[in-house]
Amino acid sequence: MSIVTVQLGQCGNQIGFEVFDALYNDSHCPQGLCSKRENEVYQESCKERFFSEEENGVPVARAVLVDMEPKVINQTLSKAAQSGQWKYGQHSCFCQKQGSGNNWAYGYSVHGPRHEEPIMNLIQKEVEKCDCLSGFFIIMSMAGGTGSGLGAFITQNLQDQYSNALKMNQIIWPYGTGEVIVQNYNSILTLSHLYRSSDALLVHENDAVHKICAKLMNIKQISFRDINQVLAHQLGSVFQPTYSMEGSYHYRRNPLGINWQVRPPLSGLPPLGKVSLNRELHFNTSIANLVILRGKDVHSADLGGFKDPELYTSWLAPVNAFSAWKTQRAFRKYEKSAALVSNSQFLLKPLDTIVGKAWNMFASKAYIHQYTKFGIEEEDFLDSFTLLEQVVASYCNV
Amino acid sequence: MTQSVVVQVGQCGNQIGCCFWDLALREHAAVNQKGIYDEAISSFFRNVDTRVVGDGGSISKGKICSLKARAVLIDMEEGVVNEILQGPLRDVFDNKQLITDISGSGNNWAVGHKVFGSLYQEQILEKLRKSAEHCDCLQCFFIIHSMGGGTGSGLGTFLLKVLEDEFPEVYRFVTSVYPSGEDDVITSPYNSILAMKELNEHADCVLPIDNQSLFDIISKIDLMVNSGKLGTTVKPKSLVTSSAEALKKQHQKPFDGMNNIVANLLLNLTSSARFEGSLNMDLNEISMNLVPFPQLHYLVSSLTPLYTLADVNIPTRRLDQMFSDAFSKDHQLIRADPKHSLYLACALMVRGNVQVSDLRRNIERLKPSLQFISWNQEGWKTSLCSVPPVGHSHSLLALANNTCVKPTFMELRERFMRLYKKKAHLHHYLQIEGMEESCFAEAVSSVSGLIEEYKQLDATLGTPVEDLPRLSVAV
Repeated sequence: MSIVTVQLGQCGNQIGFEVFDALYNDSHCPQGLCSKRENEVYQESCKERFFSEEENGVPVARAVLVDMEPKVINQTLSKAAQSGQWKYGQHSCFCQKQGSGNNWAYGYSVHGPRHEEPIMNLIQKEVEKCDCLSGFFIIMSMAGGTGSGLGAFITQNLQDQYSNALKMNQIIWPYGTGEVIVQNYNSILTLSHLYRSSDALLVHENDAVHKICAKLMNIKQISFRDINQVLAHQLGSVFQPTYSMEGSYHYRRNPLGINWQVRPPLSGLPPLGKVSLNRELHFNTSIANLVILRGKDVHSADLGGFKDPELYTSWLAPVNAFSAWKTQRAFRKYEKSAALVSNSQFLLKPLDTIVGKAWNMFASKAYIHQYTKFGIEEEDFLDSFTLLEQVVASYCNV
Repeated sequence: MTQSVVVQVGQCGNQIGCCFWDLALREHAAVNQKGIYDEAISSFFRNVDTRVVGDGGSISKGKICSLKARAVLIDMEEGVVNEILQGPLRDVFDNKQLITDISGSGNNWAVGHKVFGSLYQEQILEKLRKSAEHCDCLQCFFIIHSMGGGTGSGLGTFLLKVLEDEFPEVYRFVTSVYPSGEDDVITSPYNSILAMKELNEHADCVLPIDNQSLFDIISKIDLMVNSGKLGTTVKPKSLVTSSAEALKKQHQKPFDGMNNIVANLLLNLTSSARFEGSLNMDLNEISMNLVPFPQLHYLVSSLTPLYTLADVNIPTRRLDQMFSDAFSKDHQLIRADPKHSLYLACALMVRGNVQVSDLRRNIERLKPSLQFISWNQEGWKTSLCSVPPVGHSHSLLALANNTCVKPTFMELRERFMRLYKKKAHLHHYLQIEGMEESCFAEAVSSVSGLIEEYKQLDATLGTPVEDLPRLSVAV
């Protein structure tokens, strides 16, 4: 089953490149630290998911690249082509000349309707290339104008046009200390709109990934490339094949086939090394957890800690809330690796913080004229605040 | 990618503009080694086949044939423009881009705005439309002028209204040189205040500059160069210093060094839009992030470094110094005290081998010494452009929307009132058709309104930051 990726804006395109690169590298790892047969079955299962095979053998990413100004897409295309290993489709990009100016309203209300047709056509073309579509993976940031505003618009369209396909949005949560001054406005508008049209929001916080680079990887001068590569590594370890119920040599067909019980956001934690639990610490309450183990000794790994009822909300028994996926085939040469995808109160504090800051700014009416200029009125802001306060309250009561 | 058109008005505007085009050419020559006309160059230059007569000569791709500046040069005296046309940049302009007169505006805003405004309105419109037609996607007009004289001040601000009406979707960024207290033009306060009203109403963004700050910066560089402290570390080819000889022969062209600084400001402002980087910042993002309320669009700029360091692999300590310098008054292009006033927003535009961790570290380090308004405590807009300026390994342009501009405007109003109370020189203005005393009253009222807005924001300084009660919802 295939996934069509939509990369939006500078962030989406920069990350998208790293994700495809990571997926390609893992899929084509000659040595999976497992049996040759195991590796072959794994690689067979990788086919068709994220890449389509061309006649001359160079895999083509199943992706649509969208940006409102050309610099980043040009760079992304050339980086992929230069690698010589995989590439983007020749006609898979949609580009304009002038960006969205960090303005959610401009991305959503101006660029969206104006470019709806060509963008949806590009996506349609990618969908048609798939034998069996699993769903969409949309990569976007919340802080800017294109990824956030146009991203919300496109997700809505995908909901209308492909209501049976799963839509998963990879959202980049901006640094707390601004990259963009109006990032809190853009974020709440994005989240409230995505809530209504997306099936799952996979969240990565720049601050968290930055800390990983600094503390766990000891990188001295951290660049966005470093951050994006960590992110891509995490995503790869979630999306690459794992055994289905039938056991070894049978890989799960649907990479997005996680049991989405409720809609709120998920978050990822570092996959490097073994996951160890410390019972003394208080944990966020989870609604659902998915652990993915790859490599040596996966079948003997003790996952008891994840089944502790204390971790979960009272209305869910661990057996329903916890899933584990495994494969003996190592991920990118890591002898053992683990990934955790969690739907929990993890994001409660960051969400609450962003809503609070946006609210304070909204009360002073600062920057509102930039949004009303393009049709996003104060009522739209209030609707967003209301929805998100409900989400915050819901997660609080979990 | 988008294009921008520079409109340089008056003596000051044209001299700065001339420096800008010189530096822009050199920057693109250094970056674009292959001589291919690419999107970065096209933002400020057209590629023209000079053999073709008339308008048909534009070439959009391929090798660079002949570069023409996307500029309109306006002056009501011929001296400065003629000098440009006879100088080394003569091939970059063609006379279809000029509007000149002979008599000058006599340091009289009314002459520039009312007389020449109406006289040249059609021509101005025509030249602007032409330059816009040559653009694939015109995003911004950069207007360069001074406030204290007659042409730059009067005709320059007349232009703003024309631009707003004719090209409402295109941004108007104005670089305005404000007169210092010891300005030798007696009527400069009148001209400045009359011009301020226009800036308030028709500009999207204003970068105020004052000559004194520029002069101080040049003096400091001069001191460093001549004291031999830097010795061989100052690269003579750096765009900032133009050339080491020029500094020593300072008296020959006293404003060149100063104009170069302003020219660098414009180059750095647009670098992230023209060149690639890991966190791009387009011109429309400047307005979006730094202008929280339409009237408050005056931005204090500071540039570092001001001279080159020979060491290419700058150790972290030096990099951090660059950030500290950006917040030092020595590097500001206008005299103001942002550290003791209130920040509404701040943008850091970095060029060169600087990564996001360097940015974050320095923001964390500098934040405690700066006061941000309660609703924008983390009000930073950042950009990383991979291409450094010529002769440097990295540079930083800081743009601050800060209430520290209030004293500048108050002083200006003060000087204005001193003259106005005595009705000194007023007759020169009132004798111009269309000028009445009400024009003066309205202008000073507009400036007072602006000052009042800054005062109200300042009043929140020092008050504890409280979170407002949030919406309560039923779950």
